[in-house]
Amino acid sequence: MLVDGLTVGLGLAGFTVDAVSSCEDAATATRAQRYDAIVLDLMLPDGSGLDVLAELRGAKDSTPVVLLTARDQVADRISGLDAGADDYMGKPFDLDELAARLRAVARRGVGRANAILEWRGVMLDPAQLTATRGGAPLKLTRREFSVLRALMERPMATVPKAALEETLYGWQEEVESNAVEVHVHHLRTKLGPNFIKTVRGLGYRLAEDTP
Amino acid sequence: MNSIRTRLIAILIGTTGLVWLSAVIWIYASTQAEVERVLDARLAEAARMVNSLLTDQRIAIGVAQGAAVSAALQAGSNPSSYGRQLSCQIWSLSGALIARSTGAPDARLTKAKQGFSENEINGEIWRVYSIENAELGVSVMIGDSLGVRERLVGDVIKGLLLPATIIFPFLGGLIWLSVKRGLRPLSDMARTLSSRKASDLRPLPISDMPDEIAPAVDALNSLFKRVDAARERERSFTAFAAHELRTPLAGLKTQAQIALGSADAEVHANALRQIATGVDRTGRLVKQLLDLALLEASEAEPSPTNESISSLVQTVIAEQQALASRCGVAIRIELGDGKTKAWIEPHFLMLALRNLLENSISHSPKGGTIVCSSAKDGTDVRIMIEDEGPGIPEEELPRATERFFRGRNKTEIGSGLGLAIAQLAIERLGGSLELMNRDPRGLSANVSIPARVTGDWACS
Repeated sequence: MLVDGLTVGLGLAGFTVDAVSSCEDAATATRAQRYDAIVLDLMLPDGSGLDVLAELRGAKDSTPVVLLTARDQVADRISGLDAGADDYMGKPFDLDELAARLRAVARRGVGRANAILEWRGVMLDPAQLTATRGGAPLKLTRREFSVLRALMERPMATVPKAALEETLYGWQEEVESNAVEVHVHHLRTKLGPNFIKTVRGLGYRLAEDTP
Repeated sequence: MNSIRTRLIAILIGTTGLVWLSAVIWIYASTQAEVERVLDARLAEAARMVNSLLTDQRIAIGVAQGAAVSAALQAGSNPSSYGRQLSCQIWSLSGALIARSTGAPDARLTKAKQGFSENEINGEIWRVYSIENAELGVSVMIGDSLGVRERLVGDVIKGLLLPATIIFPFLGGLIWLSVKRGLRPLSDMARTLSSRKASDLRPLPISDMPDEIAPAVDALNSLFKRVDAARERERSFTAFAAHELRTPLAGLKTQAQIALGSADAEVHANALRQIATGVDRTGRLVKQLLDLALLEASEAEPSPTNESISSLVQTVIAEQQALASRCGVAIRIELGDGKTKAWIEPHFLMLALRNLLENSISHSPKGGTIVCSSAKDGTDVRIMIEDEGPGIPEEELPRATERFFRGRNKTEIGSGLGLAIAQLAIERLGGSLELMNRDPRGLSANVSIPARVTGDWACS
């Protein structure tokens, strides 16, 4: 129920969620893919979430981790944070607060302090899922928003198409062929043809200025 | 008198005093007897001496009475305060006082003619030895006052008691010190214990304890161990219970927030369905936690009654029938002749069976069959619940009855407590629970409990 709630609830907050319910599956998932942030429950059927965290950090994986736990004794919090967690929430928690904390740790994970993303007059608010251009509201679908956010979070980098696909779809969802291209095409219609550049064979990046 | 020290001191001083007192009484009695014997012999000796002096005509009766008497007196007197203790009288047979020693009373010392006698003269008791000399026609009487004898004995006793009364306080002090020193291991232990924190349950060192305290320390240490284990169990139980209760709460809250926040009818309905399931699951969890707490708390022996096993099994099955038909699971009952009885606590057995059956039903596939059977096995009663579910992976079997353990084949509604409750309840009945995978699939839960049937209660 909690796993389902987090998948749906965080999905509504604009995240794409992959959910697993054991230490083993968590280890497999983090090895297979990069995530912006991880929500980790401490008591898992086959062990402690702290073991997953230790393994993650042992493998030099610095993906931000928010711990969920029912034991909110100070000692537990300290051991969780010392094991390499970035934040900590006691159950039961507020879904919106969890989403905000996830955004915060993900932001800090890429070395950014400002919550609002900005590039050449386009402003993106990941918390409100709203976008504006020159102050005027931009109407974007959820998937378009996700692609644009992924690009704007790393404005100088080329983002591979596969990474964008992972951003768009959880494991359970069927990836539509050419989906990324379709969303990029829609974004170009709304933002102008030169806002996003295609780096052939590698992926996409934001264009530096209007030619 | 609750202090061992006070009691020991009182006993020691009391017995010492008693020994002393009996010694004094004994010495008093023997001294008195001895003094009487010696002084009596002296009286007789003196009387015979005077008599022989008279007989040999060494003194003329009535002529030199003073000399005779003083001679007699010199023989027995001593110069101390016990001087003048002997008195001598010589009477004619006709009853006239012929002579008497100085200090002797005027009245006749005795009426007896021969031998010892006691007589009261002027309020004093006299012991007298008399000899009748028929030849001379006189009677010789030598006597002494009993008061003098008493004084003699009294002086001897006083001589004994005086040092005793001086020594006695010293003795008391010595006893007090020895007792205090002897009891030091006890007071040391008390001091160690009272300076401890309530959470400090380390065992007391036993190596240098005296043999008398060692068993008590041993018992105390084993109590510490039990309390510590109970505390540890409670601590882990609390941690697990917190997790198990807060996780569904977190789920409920999340789903409620989704329901509130989502405009999508499908998402909305799904969230509400999740909430309904969640409330069911949490309700069941609370009930199971309470069952577990009840089993844990009832430290006392359960109160057994003579129960028909088959009727208990049937009651439990009837309770679970609704759940079974909802899951599309059939329950077959094979209870033999149905007369098996056992001397057990019915609630514990029903609790165990209910949880086992619930576990089987929730793991059974749709259209599956569960077989409940019971049989007599020697002095034990066996109850088996066999399902056609996925069973438990072999490596998880040893952990299956751990609290909150949920294996790979867990169900949506499971809490990880059912098998733990069954195990604990059966343990409380003195029985055992064995979980086995069936061939080709399914789990078999074998409950074995001692029937404890005697006399009229014998099983059929």
